[in-house]
Amino acid sequence: MQMVDLSVRIGSLALKNPVMPASGCFSHEFGQVFDLDRLGALVTKSVTPKLRKGNAIPRVAEVSQGMLNSIGIPSKGILHYVNDVVPLYAAYSSPLVASVSADTVAEFADAAAALSVPGVAAIEANISCPNLEADGRAFAMMPDTTRAAVAAIRRRTPLPVWAKLTPNTGDIKAVALAAQDAGADAIVVANTILGMSINVTTFRPTLGNVMGGLSGPAIKPIALRLVFQCAEVVSIPIIGCGGISTGADVVEFMLAGATAVQVGTASFIHADAMMRILEELRAFCDARGIDRVADLVHKARVEHEPIEW
Amino acid sequence: MSIAQPIHAPADFPVADVQCTVRANRAVNDRYRHLVLEAPPPLCRATPGQFFHLLCPPAAGDEPFLRRPMSVYRIAPEERAIEFLYNVVGAGTRALARLTAGDTMSVMGPLGVGFTIAPAHRHVLMVARGVGLATMAPVVPWARRRGIRVTAVLSARAPEDLMEREFTQREEVRVYPVFDRDASSDVGRVETLLRAILDQDRPDAMFTCGSNRLMTLLQRLGLEYGVPGEIALEQQMACALGVCLCCVRPIRAGGAIVHKRVCCEGPVFDLQQVAGTWRHG
Ligand SMILES: Cc1cc2nc3c(=O)[nH]c(=O)nc-3n(C[C@H](O)[C@H](O)[C@H](O)COP(=O)(O)OP(=O)(O)OC[C@H]3O[C@@H](n4cnc5c(N)ncnc54)[C@H](O)[C@@H]3O)c2cc1C
Ligand SMILES: Cc1cc2nc3c(=O)[nH]c(=O)nc-3n(C[C@H](O)[C@H](O)[C@H](O)COP(=O)(O)O)c2cc1C
Ligand code: FES
Repeated sequence: MQMVDLSVRIGSLALKNPVMPASGCFSHEFGQVFDLDRLGALVTKSVTPKLRKGNAIPRVAEVSQGMLNSIGIPSKGILHYVNDVVPLYAAYSSPLVASVSADTVAEFADAAAALSVPGVAAIEANISCPNLEADGRAFAMMPDTTRAAVAAIRRRTPLPVWAKLTPNTGDIKAVALAAQDAGADAIVVANTILGMSINVTTFRPTLGNVMGGLSGPAIKPIALRLVFQCAEVVSIPIIGCGGISTGADVVEFMLAGATAVQVGTASFIHADAMMRILEELRAFCDARGIDRVADLVHKARVEHEPIEW
Repeated sequence: MSIAQPIHAPADFPVADVQCTVRANRAVNDRYRHLVLEAPPPLCRATPGQFFHLLCPPAAGDEPFLRRPMSVYRIAPEERAIEFLYNVVGAGTRALARLTAGDTMSVMGPLGVGFTIAPAHRHVLMVARGVGLATMAPVVPWARRRGIRVTAVLSARAPEDLMEREFTQREEVRVYPVFDRDASSDVGRVETLLRAILDQDRPDAMFTCGSNRLMTLLQRLGLEYGVPGEIALEQQMACALGVCLCCVRPIRAGGAIVHKRVCCEGPVFDLQQVAGTWRHG
């Protein structure tokens, strides 16, 4: 029997398989649990140019089939990342993807330039974060702010740029097109969905920050729908993200149009979730006689039986 | 399945996620339960103060999504067992309570940094409240085996909640029980009691857990009497591996206050370095 070819391409970057961690849900500490070289790529927690303490505690609350988080991107700055974090990944062959976040377009551009160092293979722009120049609304809420941020980053780095979109926008297709027009090499779809919960015993919001991002299986159908909608309009690769916890979930996202996927919350339930997911994906392809996993991309059969009576 | 060790030990894959079989799970009293899991040797390498991250199987309407952190209450390598003492408070611990002998559950660990007990110690003072005594109990046999004397102030709502036997585990411990019911657990009266202990038979170290009131009191007495201490903290967790930054608490370090992760930089911290109190939920 032939081995399934799990490799995929995200623009100029060749990945050994389509499974990688989601930003904020991964760090080298997972090396205590499995071999990080088995991942398609290594995506680190977003860093910001400004030093940040992060949000008030509690920072996590459980909900049905998911969790809310309000970590708030604590950051020791770009220099710390370049000097102390990048070397931690030097021993691994999987490409390192540096996620960056910033308050303004100019800061985003400067940070992307500063992150373009040997050892970093791509830059993921977390434009789902609040834009201080637009009343705190996330860059990726609207096409024009998306275009401005991505274009500014594009001008300042030779590395592939991935734009990470927010599911909180009402206009995902226009935002995705804006990212593509501005020169993104790929889009990541998507970040967490804004939510909240209240403790009915204490009447207090469960998160110190009141609101937070919903992630986990609870958001999977929404993330899948967003990937599908983006795939209708963009030609650059899409990296699907949201609620993925099984090999079948990966297949679903690829059928909807994703070339690769990111796994976040599932790794908190089983630290080796990405290894399990990879094995399930391989087994699926074996069972279905699929030689190349890339052949699944955008193959959802959207055919309807006409209603006749 | 990889080999489990304390997470800081160098090894290829030191943290394990093991499917463990339940040996027993019974009520200790109206509030607390005792869970005994069959554990392969790597899990039994846990040290006092370390914890495990338990995936509580869904049961009767409760579907806990995240894992639950739980201190190891007893480590028994000779019986291939790890044990837990827990309070049933919500979906996760309710689901735990429904496990019966023969059931299996996923257990990740051992995790975190435990208590440091120096061989040079002659006498340790432990101050525990409620289920916090589960976290501190493994220190007792550890210390007694090394000939270290143990004095314990155990605080509970009422005598029926105390779990003195669960704490001492037949070891020789000088126990001072205090209760809410007769107001002997009031901070002022506990202070008088602790001063008497500190004056008569000064300990080399003090260990405590969670309660804000006791923490503030012990920080003050520790400074005054020059006795070092350690405290086990709690915080909501997701990954328990240091990845997600959910579980931070403010800790003093080098003149500043920084956020440290309870899951991997704790749960046991230097008593004097814990900055500020904490409100849960
Ligand atoms: C390192 C550590 C060791 C612990 N050891 C013990 C022990 O030995 N015995 C014991 O009874 N309890 C212990 N706890 C507390 C225990 O984790 C919580 O009681 C338990 O998670 C509650 O889950 P639940 O679903 O029943 O309650 P819910 O209140 O429904 O839980 C909701 C969410 O909040 C979290 N949560 C609730 N209370 C706590 C808490 N005190 N600390 C951290 N997270 C919490 C839960 O994990 C869950 O994610 C420990 C906590 C930590 C951090
Ligand atoms: C604890 C936590 C921290 C996160 N931090 C970041 C971050 O720093 N940057 C980012 O772009 N996304 C962050 N995310 C979002 C995830 O990368 C991912 O987009 C989202 O959780 C949905 O995927 P999931 O359902 O697989 O978790 C975070 C998510 C969680 C749960
Ligand atoms: S629980 Fe994730 S860092 Fe501690």
